[in-house]
Parts: sequence; structure tokens; C-alpha cells
Amino acid sequence: MSGTLYYLVSALLSLLVLLGIYWMSRVSMAVKGNRLSALAMLAAIVIVLVKENILTEASVLLGLALGTALGIVMARKVKMITMPQMVGLLNGLGGLASALAALLTLQSNPALPSFERFTAMLALAVGALTFTGSLVAAGKLHRLLPQKPIALPSHRLLTGLSALLTALLLVLPLMQSGQTMLYAVLALVFSLALGVLIALPVGGADMPITISLLNSTSGVAAAIAGMAIGDVLLVSVGGIVGASGLLLTQIMCRSMNRKLSDILFARSLGDRRPAPAAAEKAEVAAPAPEAQIEQQPQAADKSLLTDWLQEARDIIIIPGYGMAVSQAQELVKALHDALETGGRQVRFAIHPVAGRMPGHMNVLLAEVDIPYDKLFEMDDINPLMAQADLVVVIGANDVVNPAANTAEGTPIYGMPVLDAQAARRLIICNFDLQPGYAGVPNPLYEPSPHILMLLGDAKDSLRDMLAALDA
Amino acid sequence: MSREVILLLVFAAATLLGYRLIKAVPSLLHTPLMSGMNALSGVTVLGMVTATALAVGFGSKVLGIIGIVCATINVVAGFLVTDRMLGMFKGSREEHEREDEA
Repeated sequence: MSGTLYYLVSALLSLLVLLGIYWMSRVSMAVKGNRLSALAMLAAIVIVLVKENILTEASVLLGLALGTALGIVMARKVKMITMPQMVGLLNGLGGLASALAALLTLQSNPALPSFERFTAMLALAVGALTFTGSLVAAGKLHRLLPQKPIALPSHRLLTGLSALLTALLLVLPLMQSGQTMLYAVLALVFSLALGVLIALPVGGADMPITISLLNSTSGVAAAIAGMAIGDVLLVSVGGIVGASGLLLTQIMCRSMNRKLSDILFARSLGDRRPAPAAAEKAEVAAPAPEAQIEQQPQAADKSLLTDWLQEARDIIIIPGYGMAVSQAQELVKALHDALETGGRQVRFAIHPVAGRMPGHMNVLLAEVDIPYDKLFEMDDINPLMAQADLVVVIGANDVVNPAANTAEGTPIYGMPVLDAQAARRLIICNFDLQPGYAGVPNPLYEPSPHILMLLGDAKDSLRDMLAALDA
Repeated sequence: MSREVILLLVFAAATLLGYRLIKAVPSLLHTPLMSGMNALSGVTVLGMVTATALAVGFGSKVLGIIGIVCATINVVAGFLVTDRMLGMFKGSREEHEREDEA
């Protein structure tokens, strides 16, 4: 196959991938879009095997067969609840593959021209840091590592140093081509360390940003590896993935009111956090003493709960990470069904960063068969909050904290939040009265005649609500 | 035009086009979007198969095979998981139709 023909084929396959993404903008077409992208990828692999005349190369076929088998098993076995770590892990594998492709290119061509040599080194570094960064992120999400931000002694210095050394090692082979492999191995070591250093200080609620960013770097690594190898399809598809990850990163940062540089350089919320003990709410082992006393709704609350639930006609449910932790989706669906059976209108308000990755809540609710047209984005549902009779918050804290609008100087000031406080009545199911991840006390937790707090595991609170509806 | 310039231009064009199209994807589908993009990042497998086939040393071959396995897992699991997730999204009407069938 001539070079020009391969360019044309690559252009066609890239367009198919782009069309697949375009279809993803509508739910009804999204399945087809994904399958189209997959088909384009399959075609690309076959074309390359034919082009390079390696259809019968045993090592290649062995790798492809093994990867396919493992991929199928992983995709079948994964539970929706562990999807964030799955995405993280897959990101890492993609990064590792790009790094290895770059390493092999450097090793097999000692006389690589400058452009190729530099891009191979860059792909090596970006791929390697994507690999370790993703492993650490996935480990945190899977609770193999603590979810809390971890800071090593002089963490920022170490991060800066690794970044600097990696950058230096990328440039050196341009001047001294003889030592390229040595520089490559050193760059590999420092960029592997850099990935770890970047991901360790990321706390649970900042995960959506990190996962999106690693998604972006895995694409960028593939694109740069493509420049080193001279494969135009790698460059275009990698570029598309890089752009997608970057866009999601931007959206997540904006929705969390966080700067990307803060997260990369371990300037964790801790530095600005007013309450020092504000650990992740899901991780607080024992609730504060006063919270324990209030754990069970009192008798008066129970009748109030019944009245509020039964009187409401227009209800908005706000799910948060607490729902995922408690795995209460099924009961949320039961509540949705029970409320709807009584002829009530039920809608869901989804904050863009609720959960541990972009769109996490939507997937969890879709899994329990809640129709997607009941799920509303923040900007669409906020104006409707004031008309709602009842808003039910399930395991969400920072994303409904009105302090974001008023408390200047706190980490969440300026962060767009769901306007739960506008509702006539509010039921809040939360594990305890601790502030959320951002450590800013939530004014909604103050005693108020139009707010009912249900403390404890979300599942128990939901069962209480279901019982109240039956009463 | 030299090959380097073409590759850089392709990168720029793909990034810009991708960015515009992805912006239209509703936040409802951000997780499947991400895992779909994730699958695409396994496109490195194309470079990997060529490099592995050309590799001469035993060590390089082994590295190559590891690379192919990683990239292929990325592609296959990525697309399958995305398909599974997208299959879960159903509208109210579809749900009722399904109940009628049952």
C-alpha cells in the first residue's frame, strides 16, 4: 500500500470516528456511534496488518488474541459501581502501550532523525506518567490506597524536580544522539515517578478532574507516538482523544471551581481548608457524638416525613457520591417508583461533578432503569427548584451547599451548585453532619422548619422514606 | 510539505474538530463518552504491531507483545464497556414499550 493511499484510508477512518462521536451527542444514536468507532478501529488494525504484510506474524497475533480475550473478560466482569477505576486502569494500559511503542522505536532505530527522536522521547514520558498516574488513581478509587490526599515530605519539590529532569532528558538526545537509550531509560524512570507524584495528592472528590486529565494524556501519548512512528492515523485519533479529555477536564474544573495547576502541583484543598478534620464524609468512621443522637428520626420527624412525602406533587431528587458509596441506587429507583405511582412528578437533578468521574450519577441511575429523560442537568433544573414542593438530597453535600454563593474566601466560593435551598421543603439524607469534601460547613444543616435531616446510611434513610410513603 | 509538518497539521486539525464535536455531547453521556475515547486511545496498537513485527531481539519481542496486549485490552474492553453502559440508557417511552412486550 502506498503512502498516499494509507493517508487517504486514515482520513476516511478518522472521519468515521468523528461521525461516531457526532452520533454520541444524541442518546438514541449513541450505541451506533460507539459501534461505528469500534468498527473503524477494527478496520484500521486489519489494514495495518495487511499493509505491513504481518498477518501471519506469530508474536503479533498472540498479543492481539491475548489482549482481546482479557479485554472481553474484563468488560464482562466489571460492575457499574467500579466503572471509574476500570476507566482509570484502561487509561493506564493505553499509556503504557504508547510508552512501549516509543521505546521500541528508539531502540530499533539508533539513527532516528531529530523530529522522530524527540517525539518518541516525549511519547515515552507522557505514556509512562499516564500509566503510573492512572494506576494510582485506580488504586485510590478501588480503595487499595487511601482516598485522602497523600503528600510526601517536600512533595511539591519532588514533583517539580521530576518534571524538570524529565524535560531535560527529552532535550538531551537531540544534542547527543549516541546516548539516546540511556536518556530514554532515565526519562522513563522520572516520568513514571512523576505520574505517581501527580496522582497521590488527589483527593476523592477531585478524581473526576484527574481521570479526565489522564484520559487526555493517554490520547496525547498515542498521537505523539504516531508522530515518532510516522503513522498518521495514530496522530489524528490520538488528537481527538486528547481534545475530548481536555474538554472534560475543563468542564470538571469549572464545575468544581478548581484550577488544574492546583491539582497537578498538589496544592490540595487542605491548604485553604478551614476545618482541619474535614476528611471525606464517606470515610468518617464514627459520626460525631451529637450526630449519633440524631441518627434516628424522632417520632415527630416520622409523621413529618410522612406528611411531606405524601403531600408533595412535584419532587426533585439530588443524588451524590453518598448514594454510590452506600450502593443505594436500587432503593432510589424504588422511591422514584413509589412516588410516581401516587401520580407525583419526580425528576433528578445531576451536578456535573457528583461522583467520581464525569457523568457518574447518570450511569448509576440508568443502570437501575431510571429513564434518562428524568435526569436533568444543573442549568436546566435550577430554575425549577423554587416550584418544587419537595427536594430530596441523597448523599450530596458540597454540590448543594449554598455557601458557594455567599461564603467568600472558602474553597467552594463561586462553584456553581444545585439550588436545593430554593425548594419549599427539603429532605437531606446524609451520613453525618460533617462538612463535605471541601470542608465548608453547610448552612442547610442548621435546624430549620422546612428542612428534615435523615442521618445515617443512605439505604436506611431511603427505607424510612419508603415506609413513610406506605403509612 | 515535509512529513513532520503534515503530521503536526493533522494533529491540530483532529484536535480542533474533535473538540467541537465532543462539546455537543450532553453531560448525561460523559461517562460513556470517556470510556469510548479511552478505547480509541488504544489506537497505539497500530504502531505496536508494526514495531513488534520488526523487532529482532527476544527482549524487544517480549516488550512488543506486552504492548500489544495492553493496547488491545484498552481497545476491546473500552468499546465493550461503553456499549454496555450506553445500552442501559432508556427513555420513558422505551421503558413502557418494553414492559408492554413482557
